[in-house]
Amino acid sequence: MTTTTATVTLADLTRMLRESAGEEEGVDLDGDVIDTPFMDLGYDSLALLQVIGEIQRDYGISIPDDAVVDAETPRALLALINAGSATAA
Amino acid sequence: MTTAVVTGLGITAPNGLGTEEYWKATLAGESGLGPVTRFDAAQYPSSVAGEVPGFAAEEHIPSRLMPQTDHMTRLALAAADWALTDAGLDVGEFPEYGIGVVTSASGGAVEFGQRELQNLWSKGKEYVSAYQSFAWFYAVNTGQISIRHKLRGPSGVLLTEQAGGIDAIGHARRHIRKGFSAVVAGGVDAALCPWGWVPQIASGLMSTVGDPARAFLPFSADAAGYVPGEGGAILVVEDAGSAGARDAGNVYGEVAGYAATLDPAPGTGRPPGLRRAAENALADAGITAGDVDVVFADASGVPELDRAEAQALTDLFGPRGVPVTAPKTMTGRLLAGGAALDAATALLALRDGVVPPTVNVAGPAPEHTIDLVTEAREADLRTALVLARGHGGFNAALVLRRAH
Repeated sequence: MTTTTATVTLADLTRMLRESAGEEEGVDLDGDVIDTPFMDLGYDSLALLQVIGEIQRDYGISIPDDAVVDAETPRALLALINAGSATAA
Repeated sequence: MTTAVVTGLGITAPNGLGTEEYWKATLAGESGLGPVTRFDAAQYPSSVAGEVPGFAAEEHIPSRLMPQTDHMTRLALAAADWALTDAGLDVGEFPEYGIGVVTSASGGAVEFGQRELQNLWSKGKEYVSAYQSFAWFYAVNTGQISIRHKLRGPSGVLLTEQAGGIDAIGHARRHIRKGFSAVVAGGVDAALCPWGWVPQIASGLMSTVGDPARAFLPFSADAAGYVPGEGGAILVVEDAGSAGARDAGNVYGEVAGYAATLDPAPGTGRPPGLRRAAENALADAGITAGDVDVVFADASGVPELDRAEAQALTDLFGPRGVPVTAPKTMTGRLLAGGAALDAATALLALRDGVVPPTVNVAGPAPEHTIDLVTEAREADLRTALVLARGHGGFNAALVLRRAH
């Protein structure tokens, strides 16, 4: 698997959330959601596990399993992802 | 004793999506059997199935549920929605733990499961959906219906192969008798993928006839096995007191009698248990064979099983003693969904006073002394007996009585 140092953006994340876990009715993922808890966006831990799996495959990076629990908001998850991306060799 | 009635129906069937579409097609004798299109069946000896037509999942299933549901569960969710709407049941007006969900299942969501297993073994574990953790599971229909409609009463799943739809309704009645207001009950199944197909081929019971009009001919001299289909029915089974108190719009009928038996082990020489199930269900309903106006047969299509059922019917009712029908000739055998669909069909027959036909069968083989209904027949129907058998020795019988 090739690794990449590409940065994952909020737009990338919301696109992948939509693709891999769907979108809750009444939630606007294109709005200002960077600090909105995933639970409020309609995503449970399994949805996060699903999207994290997709990010790992697409970007060739490794994200710790604890990210599902630790990252409560898109900002926190993106920080974990991009930190992982930066250290991937 | 508490009376359990059916106040809502939701149907997804190969010859009709939605109760009225299905019922109209069924009375007209329109079959939903055809060549398999869901996967390439050319390499298999059996290639005919009943596929549910025109089901656009996105129109029925919220976006969040799409990645986590198999086709089978989507059909079940649609059927449950329709059943609850049909019943006019406002879940919020019932106690939080007042309404349960009981469904039947066979192998679970095998299409979803096959895809994820293929991902696992061909690409690696990181390609397996997180939702595989539950989406394949045979309790998944019950779980998703429960979550979606906040039905937190007693819930479960019954696996008695193709007898399961009746067992689920019988189990729902147990909950009603314990004091629960309503149970969403029935079965919807779908296994039209290689993983769902191959074990059925291995059973040796599936038809290998390629002509959809000749492949599934129960009770016929040309019977050569069964054709599988997908779909089923979800029913709202409700305490008659509750239905009366809220002035329910539909009361299709009463779950008047139920029984299940298991066949004796092969080689014991003892008779199969279908007749005993029927007798016990009649006794449970407090009626005798003479009170039954129509029988919805299990109608296996496997000659020796047809013979056993025709014999049981003749023993119970006398030669040609009661109209017998098998509308499943238009849908195929829907695995865990079939008996629930037969129960729903029987309720519609009671409602409208008409016996739906058995199609493609000109008449029963001479050895079967049953009055097989091959064209829709109007009749004053008050009581229906529904029979089902599941591979492995399961038998179930349900007595349904017209409401008024």
